[in-house]
Amino acid sequence: MAKLILSLDGMVLREFPLTKERTTIGRKSHNDIVIDNLAVSGEHAMIMTILNDSFLEDLGSTNGTLVNGQPIKKHFLQNNDVVELGKYKLKYASEAVAQADPTDFEKTMVLRAPPGTAPKPEAPKVPSVEASQPAAKNFGDTVVNPEMMHSQSTGGTLRDAARQATMTAPPPTPAPAAAAPQAAAAPAQPLAAPPPPAPAVTPAVAPGPAAAAAAAATATQPGVAAATGALGTIQILSGPSAGKELPLSKPLTTLGKPGVQVAVIAKRPQGYFITHVEGASFPVVNGRQLDAQAHALGDHDVIELAGVKMEFYLKPA
Amino acid sequence: MTDLGKALEMASATHTGMVRAHNEDSIGMDPNIGLAVLADGMGGYNAGEVASGIAVALITKETRDTVSRIPPYEKDREDGELTAAKILRNVSARANGSIFQAANSQPQYAGMGTTLVAALLCDNQITVAHVGDSRLYRLRDDKLAQLTRDHSLLQEQIDSGMITKEMARRSQNKNLVTRAVGIEPDVEADISTFDAREGDTYLLCSDGLNDMVEDEDIHLTLSSLGANLPLAANQLVQMANDNGGRDNISVILVRVKKPFPAARGWLSRLKTWFGKNGD
Repeated sequence: MAKLILSLDGMVLREFPLTKERTTIGRKSHNDIVIDNLAVSGEHAMIMTILNDSFLEDLGSTNGTLVNGQPIKKHFLQNNDVVELGKYKLKYASEAVAQADPTDFEKTMVLRAPPGTAPKPEAPKVPSVEASQPAAKNFGDTVVNPEMMHSQSTGGTLRDAARQATMTAPPPTPAPAAAAPQAAAAPAQPLAAPPPPAPAVTPAVAPGPAAAAAAAATATQPGVAAATGALGTIQILSGPSAGKELPLSKPLTTLGKPGVQVAVIAKRPQGYFITHVEGASFPVVNGRQLDAQAHALGDHDVIELAGVKMEFYLKPA
Repeated sequence: MTDLGKALEMASATHTGMVRAHNEDSIGMDPNIGLAVLADGMGGYNAGEVASGIAVALITKETRDTVSRIPPYEKDREDGELTAAKILRNVSARANGSIFQAANSQPQYAGMGTTLVAALLCDNQITVAHVGDSRLYRLRDDKLAQLTRDHSLLQEQIDSGMITKEMARRSQNKNLVTRAVGIEPDVEADISTFDAREGDTYLLCSDGLNDMVEDEDIHLTLSSLGANLPLAANQLVQMANDNGGRDNISVILVRVKKPFPAARGWLSRLKTWFGKNGD
């Protein structure tokens, strides 16, 4: 369960668990989170929570809502986001990230709703799974909460619930048109925002002076290349393209002549690796012919491929 | 029955990943009948493996038995539906019943289920059945297209306009599917048929691939390593693992090397009889 930590001038005042689908924030006493300060509007903002995801929306407040220093209208909250209303700060902490055992947390589960219980218009209920309850041990072990069952054929109880949640939210909820500017706004913030909890999907390159120094000392040793931040580069040594350079910036770079002989160089966290792709003959590295296995490239290795000689080297970043 | 082995090349790879203790994915394929099946199981202990294993074994066997009796390229005289689609619907339902029964009769398997994506190629067409968040992609003319639409909470949120695809990548709700095989007495598989062309490459994968590897890099791998399908399959798994490998990763690649029209007329049947078809 995610929570908001309210603080003023660095002093923590209170914690609010996000237990409800809609959590309202404002100066008036009927709000779920009441901040009695004139800089805060009567109905200032709202947070919609669907399972492990929370969405913040400013309800047209006078002084606006900031997330990590940027004014927002709607925002998909990420762990450690800091929401500001006037002088007050609300830090968003997603416990799913902090506490769940990563081996269990992401296991695929089926999401279902109770049989025959169409979501009530008055109180649209977000379907829940048993495993989303705090007992992290049960993640993945329990696929189905019998109380949450609904017949497949009736279809889309969840969809209805989601739609209903959308419709019953007083301010227009993210319709496609509204979602678009939000998406456009999102990339503007990644520098200020903490790293998303989701796994990094691009190959991680970890530069650093120490690592770079280590690489300089062991430059001929394969396997350290990509980790240093140095960019692998191929320089053609023979043939009509002699002198040409080819930066190996993509995860995969193919070399050679299709149909004749092709090899691929993969850029991986632990270095650059060359592998034979097609053709009767295999690439030669430093005079030795490779087999079908991937071969780690070292700085200044000489590759012969389809009758062309080339050198692999690490260009300092 | 035509042998599609000459027109279709298939390769696969499956891996536990870097975090999980078990591989709950199962894969199966038979290039001769143009079938590829991939399932991502779920459930406690080893029940996930059991569920995905039942799905793949049953679907492979029953499809093989059926296409040897009934040509999958013919259309139903009444509803005009391709037999291949009927076959996949039937075998998906059978797999569902079988897993559901096992789950309800044996306590250690209670609640197990699996996702499913199955492709059956015949007569220059590909028919796909899917349940859950395992996917089918196609690379054609250097464009990557996702041919299936996940049955997942995220996909529903995207469809209703609540979140964008970009936001979905950062969601904490990635692991929730809204449909699975074996959880309820009946399941409805989504079934579609597309034309298949020479040069097409199809990718069936579990979410352990597409959650860890961007579409752009999947595209790059398929387009640069298409000449070596086993290498491409291993490369995809390696990329997912290099990016963290948080889930089991399975891929099946199908490459259409040449057209594979069904042998309909007496002449082509005769040619098939003499083993000359397609050469």
